[in-house]
Amino acid sequence: MASAAFEAIVDDFDFLEEWEDRYRYVIEMGKKAPGLDENQKIPETRVLGCASQVWIVPEITDNSIDFKGDSDAMIVKGLIAVVHALFAGNTAAQILEIDAMAELGRLGLDQHLSSQRSNGLRAMIKRIRQIAEALEEDLTG
Amino acid sequence: MYDVQKVREDFPILHRQVHGKPLVYLDNGASAQKPKVVIDAVANAYRNEYANVHRGLHYLSNLATDKYEEVRGKLKCFLGAKHEDEIIYTTGSTMGMNLISYGWGVPNLKAGDEIILSVMEHHANIVPWHFLRERQGIVLKWVDIEPDGSLDPQKVIDAIGPKTRMIAITQMSNVLGTVVDVKSIAKAAHEQGVVVCVDGSQSAVHMPVDVVDLDVDFFAITGHKLYGPSGSGAVYIRRDRLAEMQPFMGGGDMIAMVTKDAVTYNDPPHKFEAGTPGIVQMIGLGVAIDYMTELGMENILSHEHSLRDYAQQRLHGLNWLNIQGNAPGKGAIFSMTMNGGAHAHDISTIVDQKGVAVRAGQHCTHPLMEFLGVTSTVRASFGLYNTVEEVDKLVEALELCHELLG
Repeated sequence: MASAAFEAIVDDFDFLEEWEDRYRYVIEMGKKAPGLDENQKIPETRVLGCASQVWIVPEITDNSIDFKGDSDAMIVKGLIAVVHALFAGNTAAQILEIDAMAELGRLGLDQHLSSQRSNGLRAMIKRIRQIAEALEEDLTG
Repeated sequence: MYDVQKVREDFPILHRQVHGKPLVYLDNGASAQKPKVVIDAVANAYRNEYANVHRGLHYLSNLATDKYEEVRGKLKCFLGAKHEDEIIYTTGSTMGMNLISYGWGVPNLKAGDEIILSVMEHHANIVPWHFLRERQGIVLKWVDIEPDGSLDPQKVIDAIGPKTRMIAITQMSNVLGTVVDVKSIAKAAHEQGVVVCVDGSQSAVHMPVDVVDLDVDFFAITGHKLYGPSGSGAVYIRRDRLAEMQPFMGGGDMIAMVTKDAVTYNDPPHKFEAGTPGIVQMIGLGVAIDYMTELGMENILSHEHSLRDYAQQRLHGLNWLNIQGNAPGKGAIFSMTMNGGAHAHDISTIVDQKGVAVRAGQHCTHPLMEFLGVTSTVRASFGLYNTVEEVDKLVEALELCHELLG
């Protein structure tokens, strides 16, 4: 089940019929997102497979997962914020149950869901699922 | 009179829409679209004239072989070569450069020998030479470009030392559009016994090429940028260099005789064309070459120069836009960055929504990006079917980027 924060974005998108406005919204989310400190942008946090640079830093408390992310591309940084709204605060098990592609498809940002490697969204989601899988293994194993 | 609207009628894909808007295809530097004659030739070859080449004695095998081999003559004329056997078929320039590296470099170069490269080479004209550096101790020597993106031929010539054996250089930068004075470089190089290998992936698409006039040893072209099928291409190799080469790939077609103990090779060009080739791809490339020749390379050049001039005027009017490379006589290729740090990925995403296809990234030129001090650029690269109206659409799309991202 997607979070209330993500549902709020979906609601907002329903009002934004023009693609320019949807991108403006994502760009604004990117501009408002806190991002990462420079010393957090290291090879260990870098998500490979994106034309732009993307970094994800997980923050795990008990068994719930939060994360911070950043990108040098503003639309991508905005998409990180969207993905954050989708996943953040969930347990590992909950994250693994979310069909992220289907949820993001509701926003009509389809082109970011293509299999082209330059689109960073898939790589980002894969990284978060890997973090969730590792945590789930720790908890159950 | 070059009628671009008539030319556009020849390209079916140019009439489709993208995101509900007419396609403005400005990614020709990556790959060009195909005219209907090429598409039809490919379909016809499979439908009516297909068999393996050089093998059977049956009707279709003879027919396919004739159609396939006929392209060698077309490429010979297109590149201004003297002999058909100097044209080796490849799958594109990457294969061409690897063929030269393995076929000529491995047997003819030894540790400490130098290859001179410009800093604006495509990875296809870098990595095959890095193989020789890693495996044989060849030294790569780099020549910088000027601040305006031009390459001073004298700097290349001055880099030649007693150990220099080869200069591997592009004739047109895929990022900056810079045209390189290959002829002057080759003249000086040959006076000092240095071999010249030219990456013609971009230049052969946009200007007439004459390898004998340029007096180069190797010249690689790629079919998919020449309005031909992907997986087609060729490399011109002068006869004296061919004689110094060993085959790169072994297999069918490239042999004269194989026994359990020995193998003797076929004569060039087939000596360097192992296995079943891209038969239909090459037939398609032949038709693409005919198409370009019929339009006239001089006419294509002049059309693209007028597009370049108009684009330069419009793009230079955007004071928040930086154009990388303004060398005199450059081709219609524009690599751009935006003030305020909007990322190429962002810009490309937005202009795509307006139906404008450009490339964002590093364009397989990491050393050039490092030299320019940028992480990536947006590149608009024009072709023979682009129009001034499309320049306007690009500018309009970039203005929207500036508004959204600036």
